[in-house]
Amino acid sequence: MQIPYEVKARPDTGVNNAKLGIWLFLASEVMLFGGLFAAYVFLRIGADAWPGMMMYGEETMAERADQILNVPLAFVNTMILIASSVTMVMAWASLKMDRFDRYKLYMGLTILLALGFLVVKGFEYGDKFDHHWYASTNNFLGVYFVLTGLHAIHVTGGILVNAYFWGPGTKMWKRGTARDKAHFTNRIEVAGLYWHFVDLVWIFLFPTIYLI
Amino acid sequence: MEEGHSHSDAHSAHKEGFWRRYWFSTDHKVIGLQYGFTALLFLLFGFGLMLLMRWQLASPGVEIPLLGALTPEMYNQFGAMHGTIMVFLGIVPLAVGAFGNYVVPLQIGAPDMAFPRLNMASYHFYFWGGVVMLSSFFVPEGAAKAGWTSYPPLADIETMGQTMWLWGMVLLITSSLLGAVNFIVTIIQLRAEGMTFFRLPFFVWAQFITAFLLLLAFPPLEAAGFLQLADRLLDTSFFLPSGLVTADGPLEVAGGGSPLLWQHLFWFLAHPEVYVLILPAMGIVSEILANNTRKPLWGYRLMVWSVIFLGFFSFIVWAHHMFITGMGTTISAFFQITTMIISIPSVVILSALMITLFGGSIRFNTAMWFALGFLPMFGIGGLTGLPLGLAPTDIPLHDTYYVIGHFHYVVAPGTIFALFAGIYYWFPKVTGRTMNETLGRIHFWGSLVAMNGIFFPMLIQGMPGVSRRLFDGGLTYSFAEGVMHYNVVMSVSAFILLLFQLPFIINFFMSIKRGKKVEKSNHWESTTLEWSAAPTPPIGHGNFATIPTVYHGPYEYSVPGYESDYCPQEVPIDLSTSDTAKSVES
Repeated sequence: MQIPYEVKARPDTGVNNAKLGIWLFLASEVMLFGGLFAAYVFLRIGADAWPGMMMYGEETMAERADQILNVPLAFVNTMILIASSVTMVMAWASLKMDRFDRYKLYMGLTILLALGFLVVKGFEYGDKFDHHWYASTNNFLGVYFVLTGLHAIHVTGGILVNAYFWGPGTKMWKRGTARDKAHFTNRIEVAGLYWHFVDLVWIFLFPTIYLI
Repeated sequence: MEEGHSHSDAHSAHKEGFWRRYWFSTDHKVIGLQYGFTALLFLLFGFGLMLLMRWQLASPGVEIPLLGALTPEMYNQFGAMHGTIMVFLGIVPLAVGAFGNYVVPLQIGAPDMAFPRLNMASYHFYFWGGVVMLSSFFVPEGAAKAGWTSYPPLADIETMGQTMWLWGMVLLITSSLLGAVNFIVTIIQLRAEGMTFFRLPFFVWAQFITAFLLLLAFPPLEAAGFLQLADRLLDTSFFLPSGLVTADGPLEVAGGGSPLLWQHLFWFLAHPEVYVLILPAMGIVSEILANNTRKPLWGYRLMVWSVIFLGFFSFIVWAHHMFITGMGTTISAFFQITTMIISIPSVVILSALMITLFGGSIRFNTAMWFALGFLPMFGIGGLTGLPLGLAPTDIPLHDTYYVIGHFHYVVAPGTIFALFAGIYYWFPKVTGRTMNETLGRIHFWGSLVAMNGIFFPMLIQGMPGVSRRLFDGGLTYSFAEGVMHYNVVMSVSAFILLLFQLPFIINFFMSIKRGKKVEKSNHWESTTLEWSAAPTPPIGHGNFATIPTVYHGPYEYSVPGYESDYCPQEVPIDLSTSDTAKSVES
């Protein structure tokens, strides 16, 4: 038996199942990152010094995060993610306008930008490791690696989902019925909501970890 | 209903192979049964661990047949895993995964859950989480030993079993997340026509609020789990303070972390978790009471508002588990106040259920006996909790057997009785056969007496301060001398409890094959859709021959002037004709 409201919105709630589902999922994600941010605040309030003792050849006290982290690179990454959110909306809008070729272009760009983000992130991590700065060095770096690492896992998840909808997932659209096209467009909207959330988490991470 | 492709699995269950039908099924009824059987096995296993511990407490050092004498390490493993298994692998999966999955779509008139494949994934995450937990007994130095709460610093420096515990929890949290999203979307989106929110059976409301608790309270524990994994695997020190010294000398970590951080994150989950344990039980009891008193539930709307209030407030009471941590009197005062406030809606619900009994012509079947047993037992559990919610009385009682007695009264003769009630009540729905009443009553009365024999002495033992988690039960402490003999009472009661589960197990399996066949689809003459509109035993995937339309509230029993003493939700009647009927509706 067909599940109702898979594609069309239920009249009295105004949403379809998948859209409500993704919002609920994102609510739980807010609680996940909320818990981590709360832990960060808790640890920082309790710390004697922040970021704390670091090795720069010899042991010195780091006063600010930007002595350790690379703010320009992180700024570039912020721009990359914001751009990818824009291309994600464009991909969805292209489907709404029935321009499948444009969709392929914008979705491809979204995936490339996300990969670019991870490459930059990889350079950042590599630079820390060259200094022998690890998650175990102090709690500042612990928070940095765990929070940005978990975010990077979310980015990777988004890339996998988007790559599926760029490649094999397009079969649904290509079947060509109005219902299939509407269904596929909904899926991209839902994937987009997730992607914007991942973007938003970074927009919180960047100032709270790199700047203040 | 929308146009489009019909799924090939609809109404063709008999064509599918064994694996597809029973293991990779997307039918909510099959998944509910998968959850149910797995959870019952885990409950039995967790109970078995406890029996070994009770053997040790009653007769410290005496060898157990086949296993030998318990070592302190084994005792700690069994204790930690008993708690984890009972809560995360036994009761919640049975209450939510099994009953919720099976009953909710039927009660709201839905063909299935909103996301059938996520539902399947949810079960498989749960199953593999359980496998990881169980296999942790076989890694070097055994399973987690830091208690079900996994407090650091101990948990941070524990053996490999603790890492397994954390990975197991990550799987279980993923499972409950998928389940929670599914339940909420199903209840909001897939209600049949006419099934407004205030026409939902109370059981559905309880599951709805439970799903929100699971959705929003579990992620902070997942966050805490990741941080503890980092502490264990990446040598960070989120939960390790500076200058910590263990039996092996000073700990070689950066330090600067806080063990309290874990407790906050853990209890932010684990207090709502208490309501995850109890709300579905209240839902089950409500269904059975209304059905067997042949009366509307007293104060249905009041109960719904209470359960919503409980849901909200359960997020701001967590630190009443932490009064002795020295977090400060201001914070303690805040959490005392919220804790006292949250007891009000629980009392409202329990009182409403009691009042429902007044003037009813009660049918005493086994399901009803268990539901009736739930009321005073949960009452004891709730009332013994009040002294723990106030810092001055909590401080001497903290970490004693009093606490264990308190929450076991809530969960064991409370929730587990409600779950048994649910099994007896919905068994005919699933199988088309009834369970044996005589064996059922032996099961009920034996369990009732045995459970009180186990848990009431705990309250007495806790008063002089006998601490929980003592390997020898307190032999070495002089203050325990006067109450040590209760250990024998409790342990004997525990084995008697095991004995009285045998009639249930025999009854359960015999009734599947040989139970009396139900004479009609609506076996209990119930008003809710799962009995009145869905055929018994159920047809395949899809639930209803045609989706019913709902015309009135869920508990229209004994409507004056109506031909029978129950009026199912899908039968239109004009309730406005009689004054009495009108008051029933409001």
